[in-house]
Amino acid sequence: MVKLTVNGISHDVDVEPDTPLLWVLREQVGLTGTKYGCGVAQCGACTVHVDGVATRSCSMQVSDAAGKQITTVEGLAVNGAMTKVQQAWIANDVPQCGYCQSGMIMAVTALLKEKAKPTDAEIDAAITNICRCGTFQQVRAAIHAAANA
Amino acid sequence: MNFVPKMNRRSFVVGTAAVGSGLALGFDLPFGPKVVRAADGSPEVGVWVVIRPDETVVIRIARSEMGQGTLTGLAQMVAEELECDWSKVTTEYPTPGQSVARKRAWGDYSTGGSRGIRESHEYVRKGGATARMMLIQAAANEWKVPAAECSVINSTITHKGSGRTTTYGKVAEAAAKIEPPTDVKLKDPKDWKLIGKGVLRLDTADKVNGKQVYGADLKLPGMLNAAIKACPVFGGKLKSYDEAKVAGMKGVKKVVKVADNAVAVVADTWWHAKTALDALPIVWDEGPNGKIQQADIVAMLKEGLTAEQAFVGNKVGDAKAALAGAAKRIEATYAYPWQSHAPMEPLNATALYTADKCEVWCGTQNGEAALAATAEASGLPVGKCEVYKQLLGGGFGRRGRSDYVTQAVQIAKQMPGTPIKLLWSREEDMTQGTYHPTTMAKMTAGLDADGNLVALHARISGQSILSALFPARLQNGMDPATFQGFAPAGEAAIGYTVPNLLVDHAMRNPHVPPGFWRGVNINQNAIYLECFMDELAHETKQDPLAFRQKLMSKHPKHLAVLNAVADKIGWTTPPPKGVFRGIAQHMGYGSYVAAAAEISLDDKGALKIHRMVAATDPGHAVNPAQIERQVSGSFVYGLSALLYGEVTVKNGRIEQENFDTYNSMRISEMPKVESIVMGSGGFWGGVGEPTICVAAPAVLNAIFAATGKRYRTFPLSQHNIRTA
Ligand code: FES
Ligand code: FES
Repeated sequence: MVKLTVNGISHDVDVEPDTPLLWVLREQVGLTGTKYGCGVAQCGACTVHVDGVATRSCSMQVSDAAGKQITTVEGLAVNGAMTKVQQAWIANDVPQCGYCQSGMIMAVTALLKEKAKPTDAEIDAAITNICRCGTFQQVRAAIHAAANA
Repeated sequence: MNFVPKMNRRSFVVGTAAVGSGLALGFDLPFGPKVVRAADGSPEVGVWVVIRPDETVVIRIARSEMGQGTLTGLAQMVAEELECDWSKVTTEYPTPGQSVARKRAWGDYSTGGSRGIRESHEYVRKGGATARMMLIQAAANEWKVPAAECSVINSTITHKGSGRTTTYGKVAEAAAKIEPPTDVKLKDPKDWKLIGKGVLRLDTADKVNGKQVYGADLKLPGMLNAAIKACPVFGGKLKSYDEAKVAGMKGVKKVVKVADNAVAVVADTWWHAKTALDALPIVWDEGPNGKIQQADIVAMLKEGLTAEQAFVGNKVGDAKAALAGAAKRIEATYAYPWQSHAPMEPLNATALYTADKCEVWCGTQNGEAALAATAEASGLPVGKCEVYKQLLGGGFGRRGRSDYVTQAVQIAKQMPGTPIKLLWSREEDMTQGTYHPTTMAKMTAGLDADGNLVALHARISGQSILSALFPARLQNGMDPATFQGFAPAGEAAIGYTVPNLLVDHAMRNPHVPPGFWRGVNINQNAIYLECFMDELAHETKQDPLAFRQKLMSKHPKHLAVLNAVADKIGWTTPPPKGVFRGIAQHMGYGSYVAAAAEISLDDKGALKIHRMVAATDPGHAVNPAQIERQVSGSFVYGLSALLYGEVTVKNGRIEQENFDTYNSMRISEMPKVESIVMGSGGFWGGVGEPTICVAAPAVLNAIFAATGKRYRTFPLSQHNIRTA
């Protein structure tokens, strides 16, 4: 039994302690906004916040997340009010297929918490998610838009 | 992505099967005019439009949305003629089973070859116009006035004489009872208000909050999860596996053989299924292909470069004689490796089989083919099968195949009554692909004493997609798709006039299955032709732009996009210090495309692509904002292949298993892309794929300008070129 706090709600999950956090979120907690893309910390589709830090959940054992505050893409909006990042994503028409975008949005949200107005170089250094549809041009524009909103 | 030549497009012949059990439509019976209703009871006004009492306009979309924006573009075209309130528009997919039951009322479902809009523009616009006429007629009937005296704007119908108004939502019931008109006129393009406008996509909201359900996210009551491994050597078989070793593992329900080449573990969760599958001892019968190495493939293709026999795709004059008599002869050999699609969402399908019904939920680029695969794998008639299309987490051509659907049904059939979600691991995705074909090209040019191109021979050697996937579409053995961008005319025509031209193909098919990969054969053909043109210009000390322009006077549309990128990048003014430029043009999917690149490259191989200008002439540009996104997005796909993409064979199997060895570009490597959408009108070209192909040759030509080095094998990482 592992105790997890996800988007402010605590869950007791019956899983082997070495199960990747990603699969516990998707299969036990039932939140499928966090995506599987590679399973080996390459693509970032599975990015969540663990105590506020952007983390690739496919490569973190659930036991290491116990007792920490986990935020998934479902937990960003507060009382249905979208965050600046989500609003900028919609206004800039960022997603294509959208599959990578949960992870992208979580990575960007963490970046903007650290650096309110990141430069292009800081974006390049911090955002290493793969997007096979190639939305990077819109991602960059939307990051600046969210930073200036 | 599927490039399909003009003839014989159908691969799945739809029978007139009985109304499927998955049909969400009802018919008003038994008396009076027939009204067809959507699942929520709202009436259909013609087959493409459903209008709800609250004024919501539901537009039917038969093609698949996989990120390319076709759903929004198609809806714009229906709405243009419908004259409805765009803010009230939503969309739905009629199921492939409904299509069978209603004799393909929505036309072709297959979504590839950038065909979504260019091949359905007429009938979807007619669908909108038909509904508009029925709705106006209904209002006119109610008011007892001639329909010609009524007009509509934004879903509100007005009678000119009396000033009376009503709305689509109010007259939809009556309109649904009216016989659809047969004489439907479409608007003159100059009167379009919505087509040509860069409206936002209709399907964004749920993609930013985790609510969007992809096939991989699907949940059904009582559902179990399956993980699968197929024989890593193509053509090999499953020999045996030791079920006892995993039977007791947590959550494991069953281990099943899938066809003759794969094994799957079914468990309560996918993680349990995958963990057990990784622990399962499996013995493969690799067969003779298990001995094939990459060097064998290279040798096979090299042999084709000089082989006597080849299929001729384009012939003008006598290239061989002209080459023999030319003042100067230039020769170069290029090669293009296999590429993996690696859509971000790994392949998956969920199947529920019972003795008299089989249902599948999946992302697919071809709903009709998925339905046919379901019927075949279940052994049930098509009328007892149904496919519910889910949004695709990327397709790029891979989801045009239905192999994963077949597997899901084969597993579900062994567990009747239990829904089974089959999800491939990324490793399975990369090693069980249908890969961008590998080819080589020997380019030979003859020039006269003044440096004019008098003869060109392009000998392509390598893999044919159609021979593997659709042999019926070969023309006397020749695969016409191989010549995309080299063709004498049509949707992928060469843009140069060469007095003596020969383009031929020695078909060499290795055991690795090929498939349609975004852009298909224009990816390598644009490199072969456009880098070689650049070589000729430099060898004869001519400006690469001017050299091309001389050969393009009979190809004004090709020339126009080339000139547009040259202008915008500032070709005639020197670039900033340390920055170098390259240029390229091509044609594919009925659209004319060109690109210019600005790069810098230091002596340690650190490459920076600063800026790319792209031009696309698709004839009618339905949504320029989405076309821009397709262009810059496709550059990421195409440049990832150029920089990193290479799939290789060792002992008959694919070596690259995940993104650590099959890398994909990141945002730090993304050039600024300035996109010129220059629809010249009068024709309908595709936009999802064509522009991808000019990114790589423009960058390669810029690299030559920077270094004097011509790279002819890819990816660039093998030449120690890395992004800065
Ligand atoms: S799934 Fe975790 S980084 Fe790719
Ligand atoms: S939007 Fe499709 S992978 Fe990023």
